[in-house]
Amino acid sequence: MTGVEAINVVTPAAVRPTLGRQPRRKRMIDRGFRGVLWASIGVAVLSLIVLLWYVVSNGAATFTPRLWTRFPSLINPELSGARSAVFGTLWVLGVTAALAIPIGVGAAVYLEEFARSDRWYNRLIELNIQNLAGVPSIVYGILGLAFVARGPLGLGFVVLTAGIILALLVLPIVIIASREAIRAVPSTIRQGALALGATELQTVRRQVLPAAMPGIATAVILALSRAIGEAAPLILIGAATYVPFTPDGLDSRFTVLPVQIFNWVESPQEEFVALAASACLLLLVILLGMNGVAIWVRNKYQRKW
Amino acid sequence: MTSAAGSMGSPGPRDLRGPGLTRSRRRYGDRISIGFLFLCAAISVITTIGIVASLVPATLDFFGDVGVGDFLTGTDWAPLFAPPRFGVLPIVAGTLVTTVCALAVCIPFGLGAAIWLSEYAHPRLRATLKPALEILSGIPTVVYGYFALKFLSPIVQEWWPIGDAPGVFNALSAGLVMGVMILPIVASLSEDAMASVPIGLREGAYALGASRAEVATRVTVPAALSGIVASFVLAISRAVGETMIVLIAAGGTPNLALNPGEAMQTMTAFVASAAQGDLPQGSTGYKTIFAVGALLFVATFGMNLVSSRIVRRYREVYE
Repeated sequence: MTGVEAINVVTPAAVRPTLGRQPRRKRMIDRGFRGVLWASIGVAVLSLIVLLWYVVSNGAATFTPRLWTRFPSLINPELSGARSAVFGTLWVLGVTAALAIPIGVGAAVYLEEFARSDRWYNRLIELNIQNLAGVPSIVYGILGLAFVARGPLGLGFVVLTAGIILALLVLPIVIIASREAIRAVPSTIRQGALALGATELQTVRRQVLPAAMPGIATAVILALSRAIGEAAPLILIGAATYVPFTPDGLDSRFTVLPVQIFNWVESPQEEFVALAASACLLLLVILLGMNGVAIWVRNKYQRKW
Repeated sequence: MTSAAGSMGSPGPRDLRGPGLTRSRRRYGDRISIGFLFLCAAISVITTIGIVASLVPATLDFFGDVGVGDFLTGTDWAPLFAPPRFGVLPIVAGTLVTTVCALAVCIPFGLGAAIWLSEYAHPRLRATLKPALEILSGIPTVVYGYFALKFLSPIVQEWWPIGDAPGVFNALSAGLVMGVMILPIVASLSEDAMASVPIGLREGAYALGASRAEVATRVTVPAALSGIVASFVLAISRAVGETMIVLIAAGGTPNLALNPGEAMQTMTAFVASAAQGDLPQGSTGYKTIFAVGALLFVATFGMNLVSSRIVRRYREVYE
């Protein structure tokens, strides 16, 4: 293996200086540094394993179809399920996806492809999205309480309110990550399309968006899996109340799985805490499925330019 | 518009010039589409206006009942009791302590993991590990809350080194678990930033005789600094704004202390627990939710403004 061959490989880990060896002291530092990094990644991986193990070992016993076939009971954990929460989660997530995906991708396309950065309003939007990404989720709950559920929109404590709030909450995630994906498409592809006579919109629709699609899909799935686990803003718009029915429309009262888990964790009865673990497990299974799809999409379609 | 089209075509019949390089006609559909895309982007501004509009009136109302100075410097927080006390410092302290605990976990380990993933890991291992870590940040915060309360808290109680063992509810277990939750965000965003540093920079450093540790710490990290700082700031605002973990595991008692072994209430946990109760709309207690929310919003917003300034100053652009 010659040095030239080694350097031609494009991945960072494969780049190894082969001409001569480092001095001994440097090599010691290098080894120590690598050990510290190993410890860091170890902490992360170990936490994940312990957490999954703990949830599975505590929740497996009561992880039965009862969870999604029976409604919650306030007194009897043996008969209690989370049917209303499971269906509430599906309803709310559907509304969130229907709002957040088109708006988020549209905003990302506008900001990356059409916004002239010398216009004050475009700079304002950009600054705004960055800042919104850091706004705590509970503040969105306050917005929902004062503005959507009550106040000007006055929709009430219903599925639609929850969907709107979660969509607004994940919108910055969708926008920022989609922008990254769009930005990663090399400008030569745009120039090529434009040189062949395509309009800017045609270039975006037929060249840039397809090329950025794996990244955008990953962004959307990750944003939705953030939405599915949110409890705090929904507590403010009434999801923590006792709901023994499934939603039958956008104007129906609702609860969601994370809020159901929260109610069960707070219970002094150990049986309810075990149910909380089972519901956690259910939530994790759904999330693992979503993440699996995201990973698959990314690994299958992502390329480095 | 017809006059503009006419003046464009006036030097002579268009077809004589052949297939020109100017566009043949205006595309109004394009303008409408771009207008629609602009509206999508503008929704973010509307959201911010909505947040401000929902916070400000109620907060001003609140400060009609309670003095600003009493609120910001008071050390006694019991807004829902009789007589109510409105000193916000105890729940600010709760937020501070849990956030520091979280940062102590997520910044060093997150950055370490990012450097390892970017500079050391075999590409195939990285392709497996990075998504696995992102699963950690995708785990719902209620699950972390459950984990903090039922798993970590007993361990913290048992291994507490000095003085009295903490109670079931303590800021430390909530904060540490919060750090684990945020770690992958730091790791993933920092790794993204490092991955976008051109390979040529690393090759140059290696050619000059740098070791891997030197390349990582003196080339890659400085070149990706803007992204790394951005990930730290996002970590802080996630920690400050995190609700469910602290609501479940840190306890519900406002406590002006810096000892992470004690039970504490954070600002977010206060808002969530106050909103669960049946507070009559328009009461001072109800308005407290908005005042604390405004404080949270201002704190995170200010932090983000500062950070985006830092990011702009240090951003390196490679094309």
